[in-house]
Formats: sequence, structure tokens, C-alpha cells
Amino acid sequence: MNSITSAFERYGGINLLPVLLALIAFLLIGSPSTWVTLTVAGLAMGMMIFLMASGLSLVFGLMDVLNFGHSAFISFGAFIAASVLAALTAWVAADSVILNLLALLLAIAAAALFGLIAGWAFEKVIIKPVYRDHLRQILITMGALIVAEQIILAIWGGSPISVPRPHFLSGSLIIGDVSIELYRLFAFVLGLIAYVSLYVILNRTRVGLLVRAGVENREMVEALGFRIDRLFVGVFVLGSALAAIGGAMWAGYETLITAAIGSEMMIIVFIVIIIGGLGSIEGSLLGAIMVGLMGNYVAFLAPKMALASNMILMMAILLWRPYGLRPAVK
Amino acid sequence: MTSPILELDGVSTDIAQYHILHDISLTVPEGGVHVLLGRNGAGKTTTLRTIMGLWQARAGVIRFRGDDIAALHTSDIARKGIAFVPENMGIFGGLTVEENMRLATHDGSFDRDRLARIYALFPALETFWTKSAWSLSGGQKQMLAIARAIIEKRDLILIDEPTKGLAPAIILSMVDAFREIARETTILLVEQNFLFAKSLGQTVAVIDDGRIAHTGTMAELVEDTALQTRLLSLSLDAHQ
Repeated sequence: MNSITSAFERYGGINLLPVLLALIAFLLIGSPSTWVTLTVAGLAMGMMIFLMASGLSLVFGLMDVLNFGHSAFISFGAFIAASVLAALTAWVAADSVILNLLALLLAIAAAALFGLIAGWAFEKVIIKPVYRDHLRQILITMGALIVAEQIILAIWGGSPISVPRPHFLSGSLIIGDVSIELYRLFAFVLGLIAYVSLYVILNRTRVGLLVRAGVENREMVEALGFRIDRLFVGVFVLGSALAAIGGAMWAGYETLITAAIGSEMMIIVFIVIIIGGLGSIEGSLLGAIMVGLMGNYVAFLAPKMALASNMILMMAILLWRPYGLRPAVK
Repeated sequence: MTSPILELDGVSTDIAQYHILHDISLTVPEGGVHVLLGRNGAGKTTTLRTIMGLWQARAGVIRFRGDDIAALHTSDIARKGIAFVPENMGIFGGLTVEENMRLATHDGSFDRDRLARIYALFPALETFWTKSAWSLSGGQKQMLAIARAIIEKRDLILIDEPTKGLAPAIILSMVDAFREIARETTILLVEQNFLFAKSLGQTVAVIDDGRIAHTGTMAELVEDTALQTRLLSLSLDAHQ
């Protein structure tokens, strides 16, 4: 048993878990083309969930704040992006990659801008008065989520809204028997860019160093002369913007959205940050990819188990590692 | 006696519904090592945390170089030139030794001469410079915590029980390091280890049940066994 464990650690340790999951799925699925399609779909889904989860994980880790209102940014990001894309229908449907890309980038930028501004206001009005009080954090952020959903219903109505996909992302890439949706590839690349950017900021800049230290011991960071509360505002605003971008991408993935999109995703987002370990970007990525792959494989192999699969995954991982796969604080 | 660098005047601190410090008055002269002694739960750590603003004083004045710092934010107190080495050392285990040290500099860069002096004091830090702080032993973590406090010139260093849980050989090396550090800065040392404290301290205050029970020079306390017994409930002989 020890030799298996040491070999596992030598070849990548817990980073190998998604690979192991994919290999097991390959044996169960049998068809290579179906497996590739499901794997790409899982990776794309994982990257979008990562966008939504990474900010919340840092907020949790840095200030011990339970923000159930995080999903409001996902919802608003989705609806704002949908509205921008609807307003730019001519660009979205045009047979021009540049116009398509412009429309998509404008939609994502509008969602991100909303996340930045609303995140700042949310932190000042909702979060700041309830620092260090978990019960009130849960109550007030849940309340804010309900209010946000009602605002969405008031603005966009209760009927599902169709989200147009840019023309250049509406097709599929065909390689032999394998068909890969271009939108999924785009979502994967965008998520990867977000992860690399966050990784560089956290590991190569002084602000990142402060965030990593603050996640471990915010009191000591203050004793070294830094205002952790100001840093937290920055992280909160960035996390809200990432959630809104994730929501925008998710809207294009689903193509039909309702006001409940945020609260539906919130369960998955919480599962991801619990699996990954609080305060860790690497953990969030690992958790998101595991959840994305698991969701797609199980939906194909045992559709009735699809909803329960991620809960079972979370329970299994917590039994093995109670603090998650890669918690920021060991 | 030199002018005080730090003065506590009638400081009282509550933690939740508990009154921990009662009307504490304490003067720390500039330069050298000054010791705050007391048994477990006497209020030593609370005193240091109150000075750092990590717990707010309910009443009283805390003056650092004549300025009242009692209402300041912890980060502003630190920026005035006060470093804090907490009892748990406050090491960031997920960061490397270098990152821990870099974090304590004001602009992220090191003074090479100063770093060389720190390496001379604590050679293990140079050896483990790029390693995660998690991989350090207890003694090495304590060295890192102290080195971090002196990576830039500070006027006052508050150190909370640095010998706790350390091997005697490491404690001996700490004595030399503290003497070296005290040549350029003032140290307020909280201790239970009287042998360690007496080898370094110039002045001593004894705290008991949240109140200052005695202040004076360390030499007086070392010479007066009866006073030790009364204040510390144990004699120096018992420690030897």
C-alpha cells in the first residue's frame, strides 16, 4: 500500500486524480470518440465552474466570509451577457470572426464590469457590516441572493431567455469520429487563461504574496504593516468579476437561462471549493475539473445518478482528505 | 535610565465578557532587552496583543515614542516601527523562507548587508531559503519569525515566549542572537523561562492576574530569591 502511495505521489499525487477519473471512464465508456467528446465537455464545464468558484474560494480563505450571494454575480453576468449578445444580434450572426469575437468580448466585458462595480458595492454594504459573524453572513448574503433573483425577474421576466452563440463558435470541430463543440473549446481556453493569470498574480507579484499570506494568517499580515481589509476588497471585487464572467460563459453554454441559474450553480461552486480546499486557486481548478468530468461521465453512464454524483465525489474526497485536495492552509 | 520608547498607562483590556488586563502601567526604556514575566494566563500575551492593536484596550493610553497608539490599526502600529513575534510564531507555512522574509520588507527588496548578518545569526535560514516554511523544524521556524522581525530596522520588537517548546541548545543560540539584535533595537520579551529571561533582561515587570505585580531591574530580582518566590511562586534554584 505504501509503495502504491509513494508511486502516486512521485508521479504527480493528487494532480493525477482527473487523469485517473478519465482513465476509469474510458474503460467504462468503451467508445474512444464518445469518451473524447465527454472529456472535452467535462474540461470546458470544469473551467467555467473554476471561473465562478476561484473568487469565492479566495474570499473564504482570506477573510473567512461565507458569501452565499456570490451566485447573484453568476446570474447577473449571465443575463447581462445575454442582453448584450441579443442587442448585437447582427454581429453575433455575421459571417465574420472579428465581429463575432467583438460581440462576445463586449458581452464578457459588460458582465465583468458589472461584477467589478456591484462586487465593490456588495462588499461595502452587505459584507463589511458582518465580518467575523458567520450566522449573519449566511442570513444577509442569502437575503441578498433572493433580492438579486427578484431584481432579475423584474428586469428580464420569468420566462427562460435564449442566449445566441456567436456564429464562429456555433459549429463543431470534427476529428475522425470525434466531434468537439467549438464553444466548449473556447470556454476551456478562456478558463485556462484566467487560471494562468491568477497563478501569475498570486505567485509572481507582491499583491499575490500578500493574498497567499493573508489566506494563511491575516492577523500576522496586519502585524507586518499591511491592511488586509483593503486587500480583501480587491479580492472580493476580482472574485465577483470572475463569477460574472463565468456566468456569461455558462449562459452561452446552456443557451437557455432562467433567474435560478445562479442558485443552481451555487451548489456546484460550493462543492468545488470544498473539494479543492479553501483559499487555494490550484485546489479550485482541481475540484472544478473533477466535478466537470464526473458530471459528464456519469450523465452518460448512469443519467439517474448525475445529480448525486458530485455529492458522492465530495463525500469520498472529504473522507479521504477532510480539508480538501489542496487547501491553502495545511 | 534612558527615555522610554513605550509606555502603558492604565491599560485595561477585555476579551468578550472577560476582563483580562486591569489598569496596566508599564514603561519600556529605549535599548536593550526588557522582560515581562508571569505564569500561564497572567496576561502577558494579552499585553503584547494590546500594544499591537490586535485587541483593543478598553481604557488607558499606550504611547510609542510619545505618540498615543492605542486607537491605531495594527498595520499602522507596525509601520511606526514595532515588530511582533507571536507565541505561535506567525510563520506562513505555504510560503518559502524567502517569501516570508520578503513579506516583512516595506518594498519587497532586501538589504544585502543586513541579510548577510541575519544569515550569520541563523545559518539554517540560508540553507532552507527556497524551501517551504512548512518543512522547517520548530527551532528553525522560531529563527525565521525573529529574522523576519529584524529584516528591516525596527525600533521595538515584541517577542512572545520564543523559547517555548525549544531544545536547550537552540535556546542557548537564541540568547546570543537576542544580544546581537538588542545592540540596535529594543526588545520587549514575554517569558516564563526565568533562566533565559535573566540572562538577557535589563529590566523586568512581573504580571499576575492581569495586574503588574512588580517592576524593577533584572539584577534586583535575580539577587532577591525571596522576591522571586513571592512573585513567581518558584525560586531560581528550582529552575536550575
